[in-house]
Amino acid sequence: METTPANCNRLGLGKADYAGKPSTLCKGCGHDSITAAIIQSYYDLSVPPHTVTKISGIGCSSKTPAYFVDRGHGFNTVHGRMPSVATGTKVANHKLNVIGVSGDGDTASIGIGQFIHLLRRNLDMTYIIENNGTYGLTKGQFSATADKGSKAKKGWVNPYPHIDCCALAIELGATFVGRSFSGDRKQMMALMKAAHSHKGIALIDIISPCVTFNNHEGSTMNYVKSKERATPILELNYIPHQEEISVEMKDGEIKEIELHDGSHITLKKLGEEFDPTNKMGALKQIADSYDSGHLATGLLYYVPGQPDFTELNNMCDTPMCQLGDADLDPGPEPIKKLNASWR
Amino acid sequence: MDMITNDFSFRVATVNGTGSQSANNILYKTLFRMGIGVTGKNLFPSNIQGLPTWFQIRVSHRGYQCLREHDDIAICLNAETAKEDIAAMRDGSVIFYNSNIIKVEDSQKKPNQVFYALPVEDLAKQLTDSKLRHLLKNLFYVGALTELYKIDLDVLKKVIEDNFKSKQSAIDANMQALNIGMQYARENFKKSDKFLFKGGGDLNKGKIMVEGNQAGGLGSLYAGCTVVAWYPITPSSSLAESGEAYLKKYRVGADGKNKFVVIQAEDELAAIGIVLGASFTGARSMTSTAGPGISLMNEFLGLAYYAEIPAVIVNVQRVGPSTGLPTRTQQCDIQLCAIASHGDTKHIMIIPATPKEHFEMMVDAFDLSDTFQTPVFVMSDLDLGMNQWVDDEFTHKPLKMKRGKVLTKEDLDKVKDFGRYLDSDGDGICYRTLPGTNHMKGSFFTRGSGHDEYGRYTESPHAYVRNMDRLLKKWHTAKKHVPKPIVTGNANAKIGIIAYGTTHHAVTEMLDRANNADIKYMRLRAYPFTDEVEAFIKSCDKVFVVEQNRDAQMKQLIEVDLPGYQSKLQSVLYYGGFPISADFIEGNLKTKLGMH
Repeated sequence: METTPANCNRLGLGKADYAGKPSTLCKGCGHDSITAAIIQSYYDLSVPPHTVTKISGIGCSSKTPAYFVDRGHGFNTVHGRMPSVATGTKVANHKLNVIGVSGDGDTASIGIGQFIHLLRRNLDMTYIIENNGTYGLTKGQFSATADKGSKAKKGWVNPYPHIDCCALAIELGATFVGRSFSGDRKQMMALMKAAHSHKGIALIDIISPCVTFNNHEGSTMNYVKSKERATPILELNYIPHQEEISVEMKDGEIKEIELHDGSHITLKKLGEEFDPTNKMGALKQIADSYDSGHLATGLLYYVPGQPDFTELNNMCDTPMCQLGDADLDPGPEPIKKLNASWR
Repeated sequence: MDMITNDFSFRVATVNGTGSQSANNILYKTLFRMGIGVTGKNLFPSNIQGLPTWFQIRVSHRGYQCLREHDDIAICLNAETAKEDIAAMRDGSVIFYNSNIIKVEDSQKKPNQVFYALPVEDLAKQLTDSKLRHLLKNLFYVGALTELYKIDLDVLKKVIEDNFKSKQSAIDANMQALNIGMQYARENFKKSDKFLFKGGGDLNKGKIMVEGNQAGGLGSLYAGCTVVAWYPITPSSSLAESGEAYLKKYRVGADGKNKFVVIQAEDELAAIGIVLGASFTGARSMTSTAGPGISLMNEFLGLAYYAEIPAVIVNVQRVGPSTGLPTRTQQCDIQLCAIASHGDTKHIMIIPATPKEHFEMMVDAFDLSDTFQTPVFVMSDLDLGMNQWVDDEFTHKPLKMKRGKVLTKEDLDKVKDFGRYLDSDGDGICYRTLPGTNHMKGSFFTRGSGHDEYGRYTESPHAYVRNMDRLLKKWHTAKKHVPKPIVTGNANAKIGIIAYGTTHHAVTEMLDRANNADIKYMRLRAYPFTDEVEAFIKSCDKVFVVEQNRDAQMKQLIEVDLPGYQSKLQSVLYYGGFPISADFIEGNLKTKLGMH
């Protein structure tokens, strides 16, 4: 293992180099735990902070990109439209580390169209849903991820079935789908690091209770219930490519997955057999966990080796934004030819 | 009988989706190559197959290209509309008709009309290629015209050969159909009308025939655009599609990799979102759309204005409101685009009148958008975008992108202070950095919410007003950089005409006819209005703003932006969906000016 100075990562940067502005969210908000995990994940992976480009929509979750990695650019766009802006950002400079932060309203209601089409494009980025089942900024309306039968703070009961963003993403061909709980720092961290290392779209749906509008008795997404329900299906460990895999291996109990950048994740069996590369198995796992009153967390689905959006479009290695006059001007010949064809 | 040479029009009435377009293309291209001033207007329905469609081919020895309201020759091939098509023809006109499916009664005939009965279905039996019979029979009328009006057969043959490249079987089949039509006309029609084509002129020397959408697509290639995001919508789809075809052909590196990306987005919201993401990151990015697409893009356009993100949007205007008449033309999105989005917003528009201008204005659009870090609309319309225009050959200008105030890492080393919305130069235009810039001072957080000079969130009334006033200052700076209007006619004239876009073609023809030294003309090419616009209005006693919409949208913008001249301004408005004609403007002006 490489040695680095104390309190520094491999780039010689400290945690402060990955910090953002102070959070203005409610005290105890799950989103702040996610922000802290994001900071830690980039620090641990030694991602150059200026390459981190943060895109969000509108909502409590979408404010959080201001609270991490100040040295990277951020773009707080319009409600539900983070995926399109992230797409433009990534295609203009595919060398950036693009992270999209969204919420359940932003993704599953107003932005579900863009969410779906982003997944289809397999854009190489990390997409985090900070999912609390409620609209915080407008004071406690249900979102589309709220469970049927869940009670709002004002007493209304949600009569509609919820949208499961993970199941939807698997169905639509996402290549990395995970779920976590904002109270499970270790799992969040492993998933985030794996997501950053994955080449293609990496979606993590993180249950993040709203302490102000959705933390009461009767809500299926209050902190206590969320913690009870969140059930890791596999124990997850992320191993950077600089490190050797040193977990204890027992036949059949640990599965190892190599990611695009040479890093690994190890998956340790906790209960029943589960293979996250099996699409139908993953969907069944999600459905079964609901039936048993649980919420399956961890790496739910993973497809290795798929071409990402820049490959699908045969894009050149130089980022589009760095191409100059000489790269872009095809010269007078095409015009001459076209003039001739238009006579 | 006095013959009328190269100055008449004919209208082909067919059923949509039956292959008539190919025959029309062959015909006007032949006339073009014969050196005759010619233009083609497709008056088509929003339909794939079955609805009536018309195509006007106009020849003009002066090269006029606007629609003629009345045609001299009708080619009636659609039984469903034949009665109306024939009724629309005036005394002295000529009518060809498919006599197998259309019966013409004596009561339908007017004085001095000439009727040529063409038994299309009977003749079709002579065609050897039975599979393509339904398409090839459209060539019969071309054959008949060739015989009666002296179309140069060698030129025509060459056009057919070029059209079908080296596919000999297709060339043979088309030539056979053409010959059948010619032979029938030779043996059965006695030419008794006064119309003639005469080739050999040099009117088309140095000219090309091209659609505005092709020009716009090519313009995006030559303007250095690298990211195109769009959603299919009539009448703009062919702009994005031709642009993509040119990029694929002419913007691929030696390593076979693309120096561009074209994304067909899931809707217009996503299209403009992708454009903003790409522009924010420093790529030249555009979308093309029509009115309904602009309506959807409004929220993002406000973000682009307020967060100051470049974006080029080509709006190929069609008839609104709502779905409106999707395949008909108007200039009805002037106000929509001028102030698109909620809140106080103002957007730059540039307005081409010809394909060549559209081609060249794509560079202006990107330069302005980068310079002013704001959306720029290129306001085309269906008439310009989807019809064939004769224009000067395009010329190559080496690309010199004006990327505006972008600070690199090295620049940042030199500046004392960087604030994304800090007006350091006093022109309202601030400096930006691009994502990925590795500098402690380099990054900033872009937001559509209230922000101060450093991009920090604020709800302070003072900071808000400072920012909005600075945006207004930027707008005033833009006035000095947008394309200036073009003024023609006697400078001392007291009657002014203002028009823009494709209305230009009808205005210039009308002005030639009027030949009146007391009328001058200004063609607007951009919004905001430059100083020349006010000077022009000031110098006139009366100004007619001619435009293709109901609500006098440009006139209203003038009234708001240049207050004090309202009493001088009058409107000439056509909004039926076909391109405006010189006849219409002439009739309207005569009434308004009391001339007879």
